[in-house]
Amino acid sequence: MKEIYLDNSATTKVCQQAVEKMVEVMTENYGNPSSLHRKGYEAQKELEDVRKTVADMLSAEKEEIYFTSGGTEGNNTAVFGAVGALKRRGNRIITTSMEHSSVIESVQKLEKDGFEVVYINSVDELTNVITKDTILVSIMAVNNETGFINPIEKVKKMIDKANSPALFHVDAVQAFGKIPLKPKKIGIDILTASSHKIHGPKGAGILYLRKGTRIVPLHYGGEQEKKLRPGTEPLPNICGMGTAIKNLPDMNEELQFMRELNSYCREKLKDIPNVHINSDTDCLPYIINFSVEGIKSETMLHYLENRGIYISSGSACAKGKKSHVLTAMGLSDSLVNSALRVSFSRYNSKNDIDELVKEIANANNTLAKIR
Amino acid sequence: MKEIILIKLGEIVLKGLNRRNFEDSLMSNLKRRLAKIGEFHVQIAQSTISVTPVHDDTDMDEVEDCVSKVFGIAAFARACVTEKDLDKIKQAAGEYLADTFDTPKTFKVEAKRSDKKFPYKSPEICDEVGGYLLERFPDISVDVHEPDVTVTVEIRDLGAYIRAGLIRGAGGIPVGTGGKACVLISGGIDSPVASYMMAKRGLELTAVHFASPPYTSIRAEEKVVELLERVAKYSGRIKMFTVPFTEIQEQIREKCKEDYFTIIMRRFMMEIAEEVARRNGCHALITGESLGQVASQTLKAIECTDNACDMPVFRPLIGMDKEEIISISRKIDTFEVSIQPYEDCCTVFTPKHPKTKPVLAEVLREQNKLDCRELVERAVEGVKLTTID
Repeated sequence: MKEIYLDNSATTKVCQQAVEKMVEVMTENYGNPSSLHRKGYEAQKELEDVRKTVADMLSAEKEEIYFTSGGTEGNNTAVFGAVGALKRRGNRIITTSMEHSSVIESVQKLEKDGFEVVYINSVDELTNVITKDTILVSIMAVNNETGFINPIEKVKKMIDKANSPALFHVDAVQAFGKIPLKPKKIGIDILTASSHKIHGPKGAGILYLRKGTRIVPLHYGGEQEKKLRPGTEPLPNICGMGTAIKNLPDMNEELQFMRELNSYCREKLKDIPNVHINSDTDCLPYIINFSVEGIKSETMLHYLENRGIYISSGSACAKGKKSHVLTAMGLSDSLVNSALRVSFSRYNSKNDIDELVKEIANANNTLAKIR
Repeated sequence: MKEIILIKLGEIVLKGLNRRNFEDSLMSNLKRRLAKIGEFHVQIAQSTISVTPVHDDTDMDEVEDCVSKVFGIAAFARACVTEKDLDKIKQAAGEYLADTFDTPKTFKVEAKRSDKKFPYKSPEICDEVGGYLLERFPDISVDVHEPDVTVTVEIRDLGAYIRAGLIRGAGGIPVGTGGKACVLISGGIDSPVASYMMAKRGLELTAVHFASPPYTSIRAEEKVVELLERVAKYSGRIKMFTVPFTEIQEQIREKCKEDYFTIIMRRFMMEIAEEVARRNGCHALITGESLGQVASQTLKAIECTDNACDMPVFRPLIGMDKEEIISISRKIDTFEVSIQPYEDCCTVFTPKHPKTKPVLAEVLREQNKLDCRELVERAVEGVKLTTID
């Protein structure tokens, strides 16, 4: 059976060049970057090479790039680190109700510790809630479930206008490598990204920290990453990430390709009765979220999996645990419970979409519906 | 110094003429379980079983854990063995209890002399050994009423044993002595607990699980296997039959009234389980039902499902509260697995308002819209066997 992988927002296949680079680092250049001997020096050079690659990608300086283990660690470091550094200047944290759980659950913990957390449904509400004692504004660049794009520059202006001391954190896990991100130019203080969403390996991530910004580390015990993230660097993962970044196609061309796939998919889906498309047309074209009313997300997912097609249930998999994002968008329960997420990569084609749509139509005809 | 495990039999000792059968069962269950850990001599004498490792590097913690999960055992203890010689006994007690007595504690010594040829009487053994220990460990003192540690010296036919305290065993009667029964297992909290409870009463277990792909996932099935693996630590080997249930669920969904969905589904489950059970030598079904817990477990609902099969149905949890069930599931280590959130056959198509007081005649009328016999036959023919050991 042919494998059709359409769950690239969950994770991506590691590109061949990255695999080769990782093998090289694991078998030849396996030194500890902190070691003083040649092996260590060579490993350190590899590490700094990747740092340069990332910095260039973000139009930032090398000194502003820190390596983490991925999106979740990056977001935890950003949230707790910023609040830890600014806790004497204020008590309010602002975020949106559609953040990733690594942000939501972090601020929930801070809420328990006595901080005041304000959840906004749209960034337009920011002006009304931002105050002089706001110490962190954390907003994702692109939503992982729908592809919704937040106007990051506009948010920055709103923060500046409010004359608030808040640090501005952008979770760019779903945006990195897909849309232009220039944190330095925009004035973002902290930006986080992950390797395995862009054909790099799992276990590596990026934290951009604007020069002069101080945050408190989560971990202690070593000089690595200027003490912000101590511990021996996972060099194979980091180098895999660097190579994956170097091998990303031209951003505009790929974006154009994704737009084509996305609109092709939308057109085809429209022909199936009971299909509701939940992602607006101005969402990031890599992601399309839709519901096939009457068929539980999980059922459709297993139906497709049996035919070699891999997508994601739009609502979080857990029984009784509805997607907070779709619920926040105001979708009805029946749409939330049947939501699906298809996410593309450069390895997909229109043929994949033909297969997908054909099987969804079959499922819609044959599976028993919930009423 | 040789460490062994001494096992005291439970209810078995109350049995009359067939006591031997129970003892034989227990011995063979014990041997089979222990064989997974290493080599042991397992002997029974004077209503006490001794488990002696053949090799000195045997992990006795592992052996203790294994023994603690075998039904038919009232209590057991780790003990050290020595020759039946008072000086050797004292010496061995001193060495064996060195760890126990390295902090201040109160203690007393008890002696049991079942080998009457031993020249010292029990009180004399207590005095001698107690005096020796007091001298050897300056921080301990005697308290005969509420001691921290009770040291027991047993003089038996096969040797002298020294032990500190007795650990409660799993209780119950040996698995297999009660025959074989078939449990309906979904993956929730209740059915593993029900399985454990009936195995405790001597039943050998067979299990049926209903799978409805694509409405349920392979993970739900794996979850059930993991649950049964944990139950099998107590019950021994379990044969699990996975029943293809998709067609039946789709048919009920399509042709029967929504509020009867669950009750009709459960009737099918009972009927299929009974047939699988019969073909595999079982004489009863086991379910995890608890009265009133959900709509399908009201008295009226159970009346309707019970009617679908002729075999006796054991419902060991029927009078228990959820909290009580959960505390057992924690004890037998199934809780953490049970709460993993995968869709199972019981949650697919759950009606919004299920009938809590279904009437049998109406249920039958609805169910008879389907070709029941053929559906059941096809399901039974399609079962897949997994052996869990």
